[in-house]
Amino acid sequence: MRYIPNSPEERQEMLRGLGLGSAAELFDSIPADVLLKRQLDTPAALAESELLELFESMAAKNAAARRPSFLGAGAYSHYAPTIVDSLIQRSEFFTAYTPYQPEISQGTLQAIFEFQTLVCQLTGMDVANASMYDGSTAMAEAVLMAERVTRRSRVLVSAAVHPEYLQVAETYVAHAGIELGRLEVDEASGRTTLDPSALEKDVAAVVVQSPNFFGCVEELKSFAEQVHAAGALLVVVVTEAASLGLLRSPGACGADIVVAEGQSFGVPVSFGGPYVGLFATREKYARQIPGRLAGVAYDKEGRRGFVLTLATREQHIRREKATSNICTNEGLIALAATIYMTTLGRRGLQEVAEQCAQKAAYARRQISAIEGFSLPHSAPVFNEFVVRAPSDAASLLRRLAESHNVTGGLALSRYSPDRPNDFLVCVTETNRRADIDALVEGLKAS
Amino acid sequence: MANVPEGLYYSKDHEWLRVEGETGTVGITDHAQHSLGDVVYVELPKSGETFAAHDTFGSVESVKAVSELFLPVAGEVTEVNESLTDEPEKVNTDPYGDGWMLRVKLSNRGEVDSLLSAAEYEDYIGSLE
Amino acid sequence: MTITKATTHVTQNEALVFERSQTGRRGYRLPALDVEETSPDELLPAELRREDDLEGVPELSEPDVVRHFTRISTWNYNIDLGLYPLGSCTMKYNSRLNEKVARIPGFANLHPLAPEEDAQGALQVMYELQQHLAEITGLPGVSLQPAAGAHGEMTGVMMIRAALDARDGTTSDEAQRRKLMLIPDSAHGTNPASAHLSGFTVKTIRSTSEGLTDLEHLRELCAAGEVAGLMLTNPNTCGIFERNIREICDIVHGAGGLVYMDGANMNALVGVARPGDMGVDVIHLNLHKTFSTPHGGGGPGSGPCCCTAELEPFLPVPRVVKTGAAAYKLDSERPQSIGRVKAFYGNFGMHLRALAYILTHGHDGLREATEAAVLNARYIAQGLAETFDRPFDSPPMHECLFTDKRQTRKGVHTLDIAKRLIDYGFHPMTIYFPLIVQGAMLIEPTESVGRAELQQFVDAMKEIAREAVEDAQTVLDAPHTTRVGRLDEAAAARKPVLRWRPAEKAAGA
Repeated sequence: MRYIPNSPEERQEMLRGLGLGSAAELFDSIPADVLLKRQLDTPAALAESELLELFESMAAKNAAARRPSFLGAGAYSHYAPTIVDSLIQRSEFFTAYTPYQPEISQGTLQAIFEFQTLVCQLTGMDVANASMYDGSTAMAEAVLMAERVTRRSRVLVSAAVHPEYLQVAETYVAHAGIELGRLEVDEASGRTTLDPSALEKDVAAVVVQSPNFFGCVEELKSFAEQVHAAGALLVVVVTEAASLGLLRSPGACGADIVVAEGQSFGVPVSFGGPYVGLFATREKYARQIPGRLAGVAYDKEGRRGFVLTLATREQHIRREKATSNICTNEGLIALAATIYMTTLGRRGLQEVAEQCAQKAAYARRQISAIEGFSLPHSAPVFNEFVVRAPSDAASLLRRLAESHNVTGGLALSRYSPDRPNDFLVCVTETNRRADIDALVEGLKAS
Repeated sequence: MANVPEGLYYSKDHEWLRVEGETGTVGITDHAQHSLGDVVYVELPKSGETFAAHDTFGSVESVKAVSELFLPVAGEVTEVNESLTDEPEKVNTDPYGDGWMLRVKLSNRGEVDSLLSAAEYEDYIGSLE
Repeated sequence: MTITKATTHVTQNEALVFERSQTGRRGYRLPALDVEETSPDELLPAELRREDDLEGVPELSEPDVVRHFTRISTWNYNIDLGLYPLGSCTMKYNSRLNEKVARIPGFANLHPLAPEEDAQGALQVMYELQQHLAEITGLPGVSLQPAAGAHGEMTGVMMIRAALDARDGTTSDEAQRRKLMLIPDSAHGTNPASAHLSGFTVKTIRSTSEGLTDLEHLRELCAAGEVAGLMLTNPNTCGIFERNIREICDIVHGAGGLVYMDGANMNALVGVARPGDMGVDVIHLNLHKTFSTPHGGGGPGSGPCCCTAELEPFLPVPRVVKTGAAAYKLDSERPQSIGRVKAFYGNFGMHLRALAYILTHGHDGLREATEAAVLNARYIAQGLAETFDRPFDSPPMHECLFTDKRQTRKGVHTLDIAKRLIDYGFHPMTIYFPLIVQGAMLIEPTESVGRAELQQFVDAMKEIAREAVEDAQTVLDAPHTTRVGRLDEAAAARKPVLRWRPAEKAAGA
């Protein structure tokens, strides 16, 4: 096996040095009745060239990866500058472990500190952690944290939160003594409605996504006022992080916890992962935050460095009383996001967001002008919006893929069987005008 | 050798209690601060909260450990050492003085009799080593 | 010849990206907008737009960014540089080939919500990986959804909860009482944290003087009918195989509970013994340990759950299933499932790498890697046996455990030994874990290191032991060769600074 440095002969010598006759004797402490007495029934070894050929052939079956696409809904196709992937492939980053020994992990630690700062800047918050698995688990952790902070047990979640995020939260709270309530969506505007009478004394938090699952930008500021008046926390979820370059930050609107999916920042859609969850909150809740935190520290010579800090919140110290069970998070993906945000920078993040919104506005105009098609929601959007087709959306999109080689969006029937004709269209800076026009032509023809 | 001043009461959870009239002052012992290492954070209750004897009233954290704090006797919190928020290191440098944590109004003066004297506590920590 | 230094070396004081920022620098260029422009107010009302102009976000050129991250990267130790012997972390070689596989455009550009018929290749990758992991663990039900080890643990213990609820109901007195999750005192902290998140009360089982689970204590804890399950790492965190594993499983099963195995140490077992054959009901694997997907400085991980046929109905949804000769689909019609633990289907990029690992090794190579990993650990164990205290006599599997007992007389502790190792060019081992062993040093060399380097490590450790006696101060002040010395972690925790702020604001804060 070419990944094993010691040759079979060297290994024989090492075994002799240990006084062992064969490799099998290395496992003498395992009782015979649990030893596997046959070869594993997995395929025989492949050469590098054979392996690549096999994976290329499987990749070729993913026709959707080659088509212009208007899919969003939690995973977004943005252009990542070449240096993002090139830098994260440095051995020093991708083959390093969690920075438990700060003296030889300063590269990772400083990058985490930069990541935390960038997340704070974009979300408008005070403190951010080193990352969560993804946006969905970050939202579930925010629900748990809201319960810890407020000691209240009901959390109201907008029906316009990504349906898979809601499902994840349901799993996480199943045994946590937290009840999830629902905030309805106003059909005409596409925005969440918050009935003040719903804000009873036992409500720990209100969770809203903005832009929401239907693409509509929520009125976070008025939510914050009402939620705070009831002594609860406002949790804001962002699935399309590129929107932060243009939209008023959740922090500026009064959010107490902001969670986001950071995939938009230079991370390939890669069939759903690995992505990176962003988690940010107010200074006063720093000790309730889940996951790792990097902070500034100095050595005896006064040199600045970084360490993992406030670790007593975490599982390796507080065990069952920890703020979360998370250990390994998404370090390398957080690094990719950091490099992306740094490369695009102050102007680029705004420009990308602006282009997304401009192109989406163009696509909206063109699509809504097609006979039989309409836009059911009136609220402002960023780069995603719902289209109502004259017939079943799933079969329409299927035909569109075949006839015009374009993935036109996501049929909402996947999550909401009562919306058979609706589909969600997402436009980013990577969709050329020609792609949008082809989509429009396809819809007209169908 | 850990410092164990005379005249205080001690618990096996390594808290000390100084009794003045109906008021008790509580902190952690020199032995406790030493085994914890550099204290970085102290979480304390609010004035007005009441606790039974042996209840958890807060926690003390070092860089790599967290320990719960147990009230040696029942009482109502009348004062909290707010300065520990900014200077938790006082627990290390002066555990019986500036590093005090709470003052409580004792609910049952008689409970102090169940606590250890300085000599008894010294024997107790000796037995742990 | 001497070099007079005009300034510090450029890699020594690389500032933060925020400090390096210069107004007006750019590191990107977008294509020109190719649609008719919509006016800002028509796009979005002013009250929904940002007002801060992203103040503070850096402005840098492309070379600035490349140099910045390249410079700070040189401050990291890494596997490609040498032995990275963190116990229970399995820091083995991360193949470049696997990186290439994960970047094939047909996978990297595939959207998770693409129609299933147009994503058959990705579903095939997941299905085949599931099959191989089932064979390796002897547990037929597999979900690749969990994103890391702790996430897999949570999934596994939630499945135990769901299975018990399905068996006993949730309302009976017995069901109400069955809330206890037993966890050895040597376990990783994620175990109790995951159990707590899943609604269990944690009870700790003692270890024996041999470093094994105390069977008597286990029987005692199982007697009351409150036990829902046991979470066990095998080989355990002392690097010892729990030779009573079948009996342990029988005791727990006899008491009506289920057995969860933490698969962190599977690198000692692949191709040699299977948890399913030991009586384990559910296990998580760390693809970022045993199956070599890169740790990435703290993730991404991937923590698939493998379980018995009895527990399979409770696995997270959606499942990836085969519907025909070469047809795959996502199946969400599993009414007993614990639900979803993550959006989409798990860290697919890691699934690709792990499958590439399995296929590159082949069935014989998988066993060969296990043998080589255990052999390397034994080599170190033998090499250090005379110099360092070994808390347990049992032969180690893939990692070996020592303590600082013989070195503490001169005031040198495990932390100091670890820091001094850095000066010898090695990353330290796992220290102060497991918690039950005072001054623990847990060393896992993995199969990815040759004999000469193992010997260098042994020599370095012996040299440090000598220094601990003859020149303790050098060890106590280590490391001497790094960009920063030991950092004041207490001060960092007392006044946490968790983000950069502009100087004038920082001064006021």
